[in-house]
Amino acid sequence: MFGVIDSVEARDASSIATSSLGRHVLAHGCDKATGVTPKQRNDDGVDWAGVLVRIRDDRDEKAFIEVFRHFAPRVKAFLMRSGADSAQAEECVQEVMATVWQKAALFDPSRASVATWIFTIARNRRIDALRKQKRPEPEDLTWGPEAEPDQEDRLSLQQENEHLGEAIASLPEKQRELIEKAYFGDLSHSEIADMTGLPLGTIKSRIRLALERLRHAMDRK
Amino acid sequence: MTTIQHHLTDELIMGYSAGTLPEAVNLIVATHVSLCDECRAAVEAVDAVGGAVLEQTDSVEVSDACLDGALAMIRGLSMDFAEARPKSDPVAPAPLLDYIGGSLDDVKWRPLGMGVKQAILETSPEATARLLYIPAGTAMPDHGHRGLELTLVLKGAFKDDEGYFGRGDIEIANADLHHTPIADGTEDCICLAVTDAPLRLKGLARLAQPFLKI
Repeated sequence: MFGVIDSVEARDASSIATSSLGRHVLAHGCDKATGVTPKQRNDDGVDWAGVLVRIRDDRDEKAFIEVFRHFAPRVKAFLMRSGADSAQAEECVQEVMATVWQKAALFDPSRASVATWIFTIARNRRIDALRKQKRPEPEDLTWGPEAEPDQEDRLSLQQENEHLGEAIASLPEKQRELIEKAYFGDLSHSEIADMTGLPLGTIKSRIRLALERLRHAMDRK
Repeated sequence: MTTIQHHLTDELIMGYSAGTLPEAVNLIVATHVSLCDECRAAVEAVDAVGGAVLEQTDSVEVSDACLDGALAMIRGLSMDFAEARPKSDPVAPAPLLDYIGGSLDDVKWRPLGMGVKQAILETSPEATARLLYIPAGTAMPDHGHRGLELTLVLKGAFKDDEGYFGRGDIEIANADLHHTPIADGTEDCICLAVTDAPLRLKGLARLAQPFLKI
């Protein structure tokens, strides 16, 4: 059922090697591009995708706790800004984090960062809990056990995500607040925030490329 | 995949990502995205903004009980695989199947006249989603809308003044567009249509409107 299990150790080792290399390249690229100090970088130097692979392949509770400690306080803040009180928010946080555990096999590091993936789960949970509505989601596209996303795709996407985080951090205060409001559900879709100035074109082409490879891998099956 | 010519607008993509659209609009966006990798990439790119915002937000302390509760939850959970979701059929992608009971054969069509049929799908009331079945060569009643009308082709094709719409194409018509879509060619056309205000029909069809629920 889960053909990748034999290769877990080998892949972990290789992902650690490539991700630290990736971070080196990233840090260099970021500093050159924006002059932002490493302190402002949003990944804390942790390879979250690697931590998620431990959840997926090893059902590793320690990895789950690491993800929880980093993301649960952020998800709680997100839910409280969307109108939940502290107790409701914690109840939702548990469900969001349990979904992370349960759906780890659907996470595709060549198309989303862990923060992005958890954001989508929290957003859907918010719609479900606060608006009592289902959230229709697109058909799942998964690599399946035989194929795995390209390391290079994963690193490129990680790099684009860092650029995006920095671009958001360096927006004028007012525009940044509006974008936050849009994602915290404080704006209706007709007053949606202005996204100009964000490098969305590059991140989109990265994801497009990853989707092409994924389609190709699916066709071969 | 066939080449899709008519895509989502930035506003719809961003509203979908931020989670501010009515359920029926989310449904048509998710169905289009299931067929269109271009828009899927656009949605996922905008989701990345949400991820970055989440990452940068000031966090709020979470109680130890919350972590303990989450650990208790996951110990009872098995891994969920993609296969658990219903496989798409050749016409209706997975998000739509969730709303029509698993198969297009289960749809309870209601006749609208001229061989045109519709089925209203159950969503929250701010917008209405319906499946339309239009026999080949048949015209839909000439209509305008008070609000937005989104029409996604699932099977066959239609054309109107705005162009030609085949499988996966989505037409986005706002209040000022009056149009008469005609199902093209030899194949019957099935569309998913979403309106956020009732349609304005012209002529006779208008009298029938309250009964037809269109």
